Amino acid sequence: MGTVAFVLIAGIAVGSALGLVFKRNPIHAALFLVVNLGAVAVLYLTLGAEFLAVAQIAVYAGAIMVLFLFAIFVLIPAREETTPDPRRSYRILALPVGAALLGVLGFVVAASVRAQAPPAPAAPDGVEAIARLLFTDYLFPFEVTSVLLLAAMVGALLLSRRREG
Amino acid sequence: MAPDSWYLALSAVLFAIGVVGVIVRRNPLVIFMSIELMLNAANVAFVAFGHRHGSADGQAIVFFVMAVAAAEVAVGLAIIVAIFRLRHRLSVDDLSLMRW
Repeated sequence: MGTVAFVLIAGIAVGSALGLVFKRNPIHAALFLVVNLGAVAVLYLTLGAEFLAVAQIAVYAGAIMVLFLFAIFVLIPAREETTPDPRRSYRILALPVGAALLGVLGFVVAASVRAQAPPAPAAPDGVEAIARLLFTDYLFPFEVTSVLLLAAMVGALLLSRRREG
Repeated sequence: MAPDSWYLALSAVLFAIGVVGVIVRRNPLVIFMSIELMLNAANVAFVAFGHRHGSADGQAIVFFVMAVAAAEVAVGLAIIVAIFRLRHRLSVDDLSLMRW
């Protein structure tokens, strides 16, 4: 049952990722990315990471994707890759490079499977565990994150301001 | 419940697709989305490893990755819009001024 669900969701995730990469229209790409992020959120749920699943929907599918769609609408004259690619011969090389990378990653995953970790103590899964960690061990990075977000906000405002005079 | 190694394999596949997207596409917006895809693949690996070792540290790190990704997207899209205002075209092949 769980395995079937995983295969189904993984198929959706991989399919939408392929659609994102190989569809020409960026709006389609953005919508494929939403599907992919949703599928990954469901995977988080199956791994017992409820907080991350909700945060994934709120932050990625909510905030980040809206930002992407706004940018696509602002940049609408430039949204299609219509002209023939002048560097097509180079870009074809991406496929063997990706395949090689996938091979290396597969090797690493296989190695990590062989180095079977000792069965861990039952995890205090769920929201409580991550909340405790964030406000104890990771308190300082947590606070620094707020400064980072503030800096990003100021930077985005500054960059998108119209220069006058 | 599928074994954790399946999640790792899925993460590897998604990451590789993201890399191909960054190389193949010319539209900086789509390149950006491919980068998000790679970040997500790494997040899946973090959560899977955390699950396997029975600790929530992986989840905490994914939380920080999400925050950084949000900041990155805000600034990156602002840069792309600014470039488009300057040039009225949008292809990474045009942006070779600082290339060696």
